[in-house]
Amino acid sequence: MSLETLRPSPAMANFLPIEYKDLVEHGPYTNRNGSDTQTKKAKDMGKFKEVIEEHPMCAGCAMTLFIRLVYIGMPNPEHTIVVGTAGCGRLAISQASVPFIYGNYGDTNAVASGLKRGLEVRFPNQNKDVVVMAGDGGLVDIGFQGLMHSWFRHERFTTIMLDNEVYGNTGGQESGMTVKGKVLKMSPRGKMGDKMDMLGLARVAKLDYVCQLSPTNPARVIRTIRRAILVARELGSTYVQAYTSCNIEYAIPTPEVMKDAFEVEQERYGFIEEISDRAKEVLRDHGEKIK
Amino acid sequence: MTAAQLLAQRDGVPQTIKEEVKTVTPIAKIERSRHELVGQKNNKGQVYTDVNDMFYASEQTPVFFTGSEVIKEAIRRASVGTSVAYPITPQSEAAALIGELYAEGYLDEYFRGESEFAVMGQCAGASFGGHRVFTTTAGPGTLRAMENFPMWAGSRLPIQVCVTCRGVNSPLSIQPDTLEMHYLLETGMMVWHAETAQDLFDFILKGFMVAEQPDVHVPIATCCDGFFVTHTKDTVELPSEDLCLPPYDPYRSPVPVMDMESAPIRMMRDPFVMKSNYISYSTHASWQQEVHAAVERSRKHTIRLLDGLIDTFNIDRKILIVASGTAVSQSREAIRLLENQGIEVGLIKIKTIRPFPTEELQEATANAHHIFVPEFNIAGWLAKEIKAVLDNNKRVYAGPHVAGGMTLPSEVIVDEIKKHLGMKVASATDRSAI
Repeated sequence: MSLETLRPSPAMANFLPIEYKDLVEHGPYTNRNGSDTQTKKAKDMGKFKEVIEEHPMCAGCAMTLFIRLVYIGMPNPEHTIVVGTAGCGRLAISQASVPFIYGNYGDTNAVASGLKRGLEVRFPNQNKDVVVMAGDGGLVDIGFQGLMHSWFRHERFTTIMLDNEVYGNTGGQESGMTVKGKVLKMSPRGKMGDKMDMLGLARVAKLDYVCQLSPTNPARVIRTIRRAILVARELGSTYVQAYTSCNIEYAIPTPEVMKDAFEVEQERYGFIEEISDRAKEVLRDHGEKIK
Repeated sequence: MTAAQLLAQRDGVPQTIKEEVKTVTPIAKIERSRHELVGQKNNKGQVYTDVNDMFYASEQTPVFFTGSEVIKEAIRRASVGTSVAYPITPQSEAAALIGELYAEGYLDEYFRGESEFAVMGQCAGASFGGHRVFTTTAGPGTLRAMENFPMWAGSRLPIQVCVTCRGVNSPLSIQPDTLEMHYLLETGMMVWHAETAQDLFDFILKGFMVAEQPDVHVPIATCCDGFFVTHTKDTVELPSEDLCLPPYDPYRSPVPVMDMESAPIRMMRDPFVMKSNYISYSTHASWQQEVHAAVERSRKHTIRLLDGLIDTFNIDRKILIVASGTAVSQSREAIRLLENQGIEVGLIKIKTIRPFPTEELQEATANAHHIFVPEFNIAGWLAKEIKAVLDNNKRVYAGPHVAGGMTLPSEVIVDEIKKHLGMKVASATDRSAI
């Protein structure tokens, strides 16, 4: 698809919703000004038509900011399909002008495996980027088996974890990504086990691109997503784990959500980016400056 | 006679004209209906053939194969894009044989998933992306995968799963039992039940064609009784392996294909429950009604391809047996034994459980005084379904049914019918004396 597919006939244009016209005129789809990749940057936010809008997320939700940045980071949103599962995130993700597949609880990485393989057969000459974006519970609890197997098979798609360290949408139960000792629903005496080391498991599976970050630096989030998708396209599974706090269940005052993000980043959620040698080459080919 | 010659003979045109079609260069960038490919060849040299021509206008050759081999032969001719496999008895052999077809180049994609839940998710992904998808499962695998079936139906994915029924109980049983079909009935899938390997072959190929109709476009479970059908050899008539079904055209789907080749549609825009409960209820209720209506709309296509949803034999008789799957075969023999004793019994074979042949059964049982429903499961679900749609349903006798892998000898059906009719039945001792 391209911007041209979206462009309505002049006779039709007047009857389309304003959002649609905005998307065509000012959206981040490519083929704009001759570019073959998304040209919008973090500093442009607010000046152009984002592909995501009208979401029903809680006021001050850090996850929403992160999800908006993910869509700006997609190198080719006009050839991207997002797969998700139950949770807060899908309430925003389903509001995007990029198709969103919601299957069952915890089936994201299985669906994405079949989807990516099917699209590669049907479109041998056109990259179709598949992105899994789901919560911590969806990926490491109910979806753990599918997640790990997709990594060990090196399926060519990116997995993005929206890690709010809790089941937010169901009202605040502990998840595998909750830190040890935290009292939440279903961990009335404090969580027994450690926060699951998914970066460690990603290393064991020898993923070509692994990143942990907090949404404190918008430009860095956008760059990370772009890199993760480009590497997945060429080499195999990539993983981005983002701290996206739940200000409701963790009782973070709305004005202090970003302060919390900076503090948690400082304490235990610092920026980590691990790129294999062959992934570095891929990224350099795409004009990325990699040390 | 080759497939190409058959087609040429049917259309009354010289072969050379058919060949020329291949050289036409597509002028539109947008993909046109792939169904225009009928008559052309795929990479394996098979000719894309209309399903009616494949079954009714081409030469059929008898072979002596197991049911698993017959599944393989059906898939060889089915132009399947993706198949995902997972081991569980009794479908493992069929799933592995499809892998051999993949190695030979008949399928685009094939791999082993990590559980039935994952397999059905992987199948969903491939189908969302526009592939024709086939998989197989059985018993506990069907139940592990269960969450996916209503999701497939709700997403209007015309995936075909071949269910080789086996026990689902604990203690562990791997033996034949059709209980799992009971669980499939309200998933929004079409459910067909094959009696023989020939049925299974026909149902697999015809099932794709019906499931993919734009006014249907729901998944289909082609069920057979494990071991009885999968592991025994039977004579099956097959069309030439030079013929195959036309490929799936995803752009005939009534919902958008998730391939980003058309303007993006927000499938879940404004999550319903975020607006009002009333909007949520009515949206979900109307969509569920639509999915079930789509299954009903499959009738007209199915009736044409399967020659009706039921087969009937001597239904003017006062005593009828109504059955599906291998219970039909056992009933045929029971009817022969009963006739030797002067008892005349008719037979109705049900081929499609969803859609359920309600009107057909009402008509076919109009004159029956006694209706027996032999089954291979503890629930007697087929008898319940039949009782629910017939007048004077006290005529319906739910049995005999066996469970847990027991066989259903024809003599058991004979005895049950005679007992119910108040006739003398030979005891076990009498029988051993014979």
